[in-house]
Amino acid sequence: MTPAKRKEYWSRNLKVLLTLLAIWFVVSFGFGILLADWLDNFRIFGFKLGFWFAQQGSIYVFVVLIFVYVGIMNRLDREFDVHED
Amino acid sequence: MSVLAWTYLIVGLSFALYIGIAIWSRASHTRDFYVAGGGVHPVTNGMATAADWMSAASFISMAGLISFMGRDGAVYLMGWTGGYVLLALLLAPYLRKFGKFTIPDFIGDRYYSDTARLVAVVCAIFVSFTYVAGQMRGVGIVFSRFLEVDITTGVVIGMAIVFFYAVLGGMKGITYTQVAQYVVLIFAYMVPAIFISILLTGHVFPQFGFGADLSGGGGYLLDKLDGLSTELGFDPYTNGQKPMIDVFAITAALMIGTAGLPHVIVRFFTVPKVKDARKSAGWALIFIAILYTTAPAVAAFARLNMIQTINGADGAGALYSEAPSWVKNWEKTGLIKWEDKNGDGRMFYAKDADRNEMTIDRDIMVLANPEIANLPAWVIALVAAGGLAAALSTAAGLLLVISSAISHDLLKKVVMPGITEKQELLYARLAAGVAVVIAGLLGIYPPAFVAQVVAFAFGLAASSFFPAIFLGIFDKRTNKQGAITGMVVGIAFTAAYIVYFKFVNPTAGADQWFLKISPEGIGFVGMLLNFAVTYAVSRMTAPPPEHIQHLVEDIRVPRGAGEATQH
Repeated sequence: MTPAKRKEYWSRNLKVLLTLLAIWFVVSFGFGILLADWLDNFRIFGFKLGFWFAQQGSIYVFVVLIFVYVGIMNRLDREFDVHED
Repeated sequence: MSVLAWTYLIVGLSFALYIGIAIWSRASHTRDFYVAGGGVHPVTNGMATAADWMSAASFISMAGLISFMGRDGAVYLMGWTGGYVLLALLLAPYLRKFGKFTIPDFIGDRYYSDTARLVAVVCAIFVSFTYVAGQMRGVGIVFSRFLEVDITTGVVIGMAIVFFYAVLGGMKGITYTQVAQYVVLIFAYMVPAIFISILLTGHVFPQFGFGADLSGGGGYLLDKLDGLSTELGFDPYTNGQKPMIDVFAITAALMIGTAGLPHVIVRFFTVPKVKDARKSAGWALIFIAILYTTAPAVAAFARLNMIQTINGADGAGALYSEAPSWVKNWEKTGLIKWEDKNGDGRMFYAKDADRNEMTIDRDIMVLANPEIANLPAWVIALVAAGGLAAALSTAAGLLLVISSAISHDLLKKVVMPGITEKQELLYARLAAGVAVVIAGLLGIYPPAFVAQVVAFAFGLAASSFFPAIFLGIFDKRTNKQGAITGMVVGIAFTAAYIVYFKFVNPTAGADQWFLKISPEGIGFVGMLLNFAVTYAVSRMTAPPPEHIQHLVEDIRVPRGAGEATQH
């Protein structure tokens, strides 16, 4: 792998991380904490929305984020021919 | 069959299963002992990680805590799950590529320094011992309440079981027993939760049930709970009460601490590939999320049931003489107390001290849940087996970290590098054995501070390990001077703040806290401090040598991840 390729792989990787971690931050610290009181004005079934993100929604999003990451990285690894098998 | 007979039967069967697995999966090499041979399937590892991670505190105490904290209980829910995103994205794949056995291995090699390695060994042992003592205590408590043996006997039985499979099988034995323990604990948690959800709301899934209408009419369950709470002088259940900055800091400290806990990280050394390490973290979080999305539902159900049973349907207080049997059963253990202040023979629960007549321990919310909902005897027995599975699986994972820190990082890498693999394996077993005994003693004679310190292990891990590992991967310029000063400053600041506000000057209230951040959340500030110090010191001193920069380049790409080996 050439140094230029290596650099590109790494910067693509960082971009993926930053995007996913931004979502991670927004749903947990954003919706579940900082904006929770405001979101509580809205409802999803019997839940106030801020409460739902704090106690349920953020956890579901965490699970999805990891699997999205796995998918994107597997594709990236193949594209740069650094995959393992 | 009585509850006691059921409990003996179910707990006995589960123990027989763990021992059977231990015999089947003996370790014959250090690779087996430290990383289960590096050949664990990612889903299997995910399940083992979930059991490793969910301790007696998750199983027994968390729902109860939430039930008394309302929305603020989310600090535990988000804090103890969100860390897996950090682990999967920022640490696990790279540490797997690095391919050694332990965290001190990584710190020592990446920072080309035995001092750094030793600092990491001390942090790992300190964090793990505080944690494991709480687990053994949990084992003792479950034994004493459900099997009617005293706490000491309970701890000794628990020690014997853990000793058997941890010392014999090492990581290999631990991995496969943890899989069995996960199945036991999740079954034990879900069965009562589903029963109660159906009773209260008609929904099979508790996750939907607690956002649904009450079966008997009366609107949404959570609205009802908010209304009752307000009537009794509490804040509405679904509102936050702590200062926002403190909720933020505690959540962050727990998340980052989770990602930095050595017994969780080492689980990702056991899978064959980098790809598997990523996937495995996702599976671990699925298995954890099953319990963690149920816990807040259990919390809300239990609080509603509890208030309605004690205060009666009309809210005037239920007659003590007609109280259901669980009130009297748990009174015997001291977890419920009733003091008839107004002498009317009725129980009453409220916020203000004049009206309130009940003292209710938070642990009761899970332990007594099946009785409160009138579930059959075998469900109650199942909860005992689940609590034991949660405590034993976590204890075993922690003991392995302690034993590998001593036999591998301290003896093999620093004190006597000449020992053969056979001798190292022997030392690993000895260290595990000694650690089991010490952990048991801490469980039998708990120092007064143990219970409190367990919660702080996260802050300590967040402020020491996380920045050192993260920068070790993402910043080539970080050198040994930076990492060592950073770890020492981070953990010293966090420990000092906790010790000051909890033990030296416990009367100093919230108004004296730094930025209103409680000792539980201060690990977040310690971590920021660690990052700042590491960065600054690294920039002011010489860059790391060439071969370290190559090492970092190498761990950033997946290809070439061999089995976890000893170089």
